[in-house]
Amino acid sequence: MSYRVVCYINQFYGGKGGEEVADFKPELVEGPVGPGLELQKLFGDEARVIGTIICGDGYYAEHIEKARAECLKIVEDLKPDLFVAGPAFNAGRYGVACGDICAAITQSLDIPSLTGMFPENPGVELYRAQTFIVKTEGSARGMKQALTSMARLGLKLIKGELLGPAYEEGYIHRGIRKNFFKDKRGSLRAIDILLQKIAGQEFRTEYEMPTFKKIPPAPPIKDIKHATIALVTSGGIVPRGNPDRLRVSSAESYAKYDISGLDDLTPDEFESIHGGYDRMWANLDPDVVVPLDVMRELEREGVFGKLHPYLYTTTGTGTSVANAERFGQEIGRELKEAGVDGVILTST
Amino acid sequence: MTREIERVAQIPVAQIATIVPIMLTVGANRIVPGVAIPHPVGNPEAGPEEDKKTRRKLVLRALKALQADISEQTIFES
Repeated sequence: MSYRVVCYINQFYGGKGGEEVADFKPELVEGPVGPGLELQKLFGDEARVIGTIICGDGYYAEHIEKARAECLKIVEDLKPDLFVAGPAFNAGRYGVACGDICAAITQSLDIPSLTGMFPENPGVELYRAQTFIVKTEGSARGMKQALTSMARLGLKLIKGELLGPAYEEGYIHRGIRKNFFKDKRGSLRAIDILLQKIAGQEFRTEYEMPTFKKIPPAPPIKDIKHATIALVTSGGIVPRGNPDRLRVSSAESYAKYDISGLDDLTPDEFESIHGGYDRMWANLDPDVVVPLDVMRELEREGVFGKLHPYLYTTTGTGTSVANAERFGQEIGRELKEAGVDGVILTST
Repeated sequence: MTREIERVAQIPVAQIATIVPIMLTVGANRIVPGVAIPHPVGNPEAGPEEDKKTRRKLVLRALKALQADISEQTIFES
């Protein structure tokens, strides 16, 4: 008995037409269509493409919840062992549709799913953690190679075989780390990598750093004399006793304290609970981390308009990028609502 | 955190910290190099007067950064 596979492709690969039929509603066709024909060859006798959903890119993008529900219903009835969408290469709407339906099928129906995309496809960032996205070329020129990788990975997923690292399996890494034993200890491996680097050879880090986004700078403050400035810190300055139980490292929250009646952060009232630096100086005078004394002086002198009444604080050591981004988004929304014009953020 | 505050609120954020490469990596746009990791806005080892003078200088620099019309990540050294 061979495994059962259901595919998902857009109106173009489904032979329905181009942009003029992008609103094509999900339709199930028996057997493989378009790229599925080649996929079937690659699967050989091991798996059989029993059906293909064809759906317009515009339809999925504009009615994402409805389209997802319709596709889920079709797949639920067919009960496949694997769901394959695309490959979408660098097509944005198609990529998002492929990622979304794969993620939904794995999550709701517990069926392994995979798709294929060019690393810069917007669908990658959105869905890489929730499904397997095979790395492809930017256009359909890379079809053969994409399908070869997808078929190989697909069979492994169906059989529940242990997967190697993402770069070996050919998919875009999902941010999952697994513990296992190596024959050489870390220091020796590090020296090996260093020697490869010095010799100008190719080398691969064992611990990839997260990639951060950049954004265009916000417009400057035009009228500083009437501007409200807020203080924010990741230096772990809190009222003594840490009433909100901020974590000393790997923070999962931030806190907000009223500083409107204060001219100075004194060690009697404030302290640092940050677990990532020597707190001696901060605990003698918290102003060396959060410059409240000087901000008050400058406010009185009329150098800027007004100091925002609240200090936002967290600990920025071991804190995950996702949490730090969330803090920033929540604080940003509050500051915007409060009419704050600019922020001075101090970090240790 | 700096980047997301700026993105969501669409207001400038000047970050004062000591390790400039990290601020560049995380996407801070207005960067003011601080004094030291445990006391970014102060120089307590040099005594209270110098400490406050240093703090004032850095805060004024951050206020200047907030008013600067920039098109890319900028380090404010003076």
